Amino acid sequence: MLEVRDIKKSFGTQQVLKGVGLTVEKGDVVAILGPSGSGKTTLLRCINFLEKADEGTMIFDGETFPLDRMTKKDIARLRRKTAFVFQNYNLFRNKTALQNVTEGLIVARRMSRDKANEIGRQALDKVGLSDRYDYYPSQLSGGQQQRVAIARALATDPEIIYFDEPTSALDPELTGEVLTVMRKLAAEGRTMLVVTHEIRFARDVSTKVVFMEDGRVLEAGSSDVFFANPKEERTRSFLRTLEQERAQS
Amino acid sequence: MDERLLNIIADSFWKILLPGLTVTIPLTAVSFLLALIIAIVTAMVQFANVRVLRQIARFYVWVIRGTPVLVQLFVVFYGLPRAGIMINPFPAAVLVFSINEGAYASETVRAALESIPKGQMEAGYCCGLSYLQIMRRIVLPQAMRTAFPPLSNSLIGLLKETSLAANITVTEMFMVTQRIVARTYEPLVLYIEVGFIYLVFCTILTKLQRICERKLDTYEKVQDYAADRRIGGLWKRKERSGGQR
Ligand SMILES: Nc1ncnc2c1ncn2[C@@H]1O[C@H](COP(=O)(O)OP(=O)(O)O)[C@@H](O)[C@H]1O
Ligand SMILES: [Mg+2]
Repeated sequence: MLEVRDIKKSFGTQQVLKGVGLTVEKGDVVAILGPSGSGKTTLLRCINFLEKADEGTMIFDGETFPLDRMTKKDIARLRRKTAFVFQNYNLFRNKTALQNVTEGLIVARRMSRDKANEIGRQALDKVGLSDRYDYYPSQLSGGQQQRVAIARALATDPEIIYFDEPTSALDPELTGEVLTVMRKLAAEGRTMLVVTHEIRFARDVSTKVVFMEDGRVLEAGSSDVFFANPKEERTRSFLRTLEQERAQS
Repeated sequence: MDERLLNIIADSFWKILLPGLTVTIPLTAVSFLLALIIAIVTAMVQFANVRVLRQIARFYVWVIRGTPVLVQLFVVFYGLPRAGIMINPFPAAVLVFSINEGAYASETVRAALESIPKGQMEAGYCCGLSYLQIMRRIVLPQAMRTAFPPLSNSLIGLLKETSLAANITVTEMFMVTQRIVARTYEPLVLYIEVGFIYLVFCTILTKLQRICERKLDTYEKVQDYAADRRIGGLWKRKERSGGQR
């Protein structure tokens, strides 16, 4: 349902993405792994048009788009089918949890307030926050904020949800509650593209893995094959490092 | 203190307070309201980087902040008639004070807009909101909360500044005091008296500011989570009232 090809992106003279491509089928959970600075965030931001790629093509639901020449209308149309979960949550600070979830429904999709509130409450229930509807982000823990952000993403029933390291801003004891929610979504067949350092999550939940380094895809493939038998030496050493970090924490 | 002096003080108190209520306060309120509108538009135009309008906004702020408000009053009231534009004292004062205050306040609002994290905007886009929807519903409300204390400060400054309107024949508090001084030759007590009334007005405004800030804190809390935990008792109270809305 989503394919991107040959995305290139430079900041000044530094080329951050040197021709990256990946494919996501409906129901896939694709994990993007790779060391810090390899361009994972930039890739997601280009795919959701928060950055403008210098080159690249996107095929979404069979329609082809040039990433360097997107029209405002196409961007708006595609964003209605997608959702983004940020590393640092980015909840609207002047809105309650429920208002955060309903904002996109009421304002962007012109849904009635009652209907939106109903959907919003269901989404918050789903992430285990049925007792926090009227809390402001500043009154919630990091894990709770990220779960509100996931509820906000779910509310619009997107075809795909992008996650950018959803747990890496959280204290270790709070990552579990967010990962649990994400596992649930995966089990329900949600299509997700997830940048993560949570190796166990990637191994257990993802269907495909993309390993990035230095602005390129070094290795990609089905998750079973990738973890059982990584081809590249670089991939193997990266996985070892992550395992060690996990063992230490 | 002799009886004559006490009589003058008591007599003049109402004579000064009345124009305070009917001229000084309306002049301050109307000017400040218009100034806020000017400030928000001027700040937004710069924040959004609208090409030509941005330069006009910068020019406006540059000129107004670089010239004394007294000079501006004289230009409008005594100068413009030469160009065939006659404006009555009160509207002339409103015009000058709102344009003057608008320039200062626009810098406050602009700084507040720039202090809002970029992620708020990006999250808005990802939810499908348009630029203007994000500005109106997400960024501007947060910025106005940030700008509230400095803007309150400006309001208090403006209240006192309206005394300059005496120079263009607006019969506000200070003008009336001057007239009473001319009749009674008691400048010391009378100018202290009018100063005292300004002080009372400003004290009331300060109190109102405190109350509003507390309200805003309850409904649009923008402190961080850690700060909430530090004031644990307060947080608990808000937690309980949170469910009722
Ligand atoms: N807005 C930006 N301006 C300049 N350089 C950037 C910007 N965003 C990212 N970079 C650079 O691009 C590289 C890749 O960053 P990023 O995509 O965040 O990597 P990752 O998410 O894999 O850690 C880094 O070297 C980073 O410094
Ligand atoms: Mg990143």
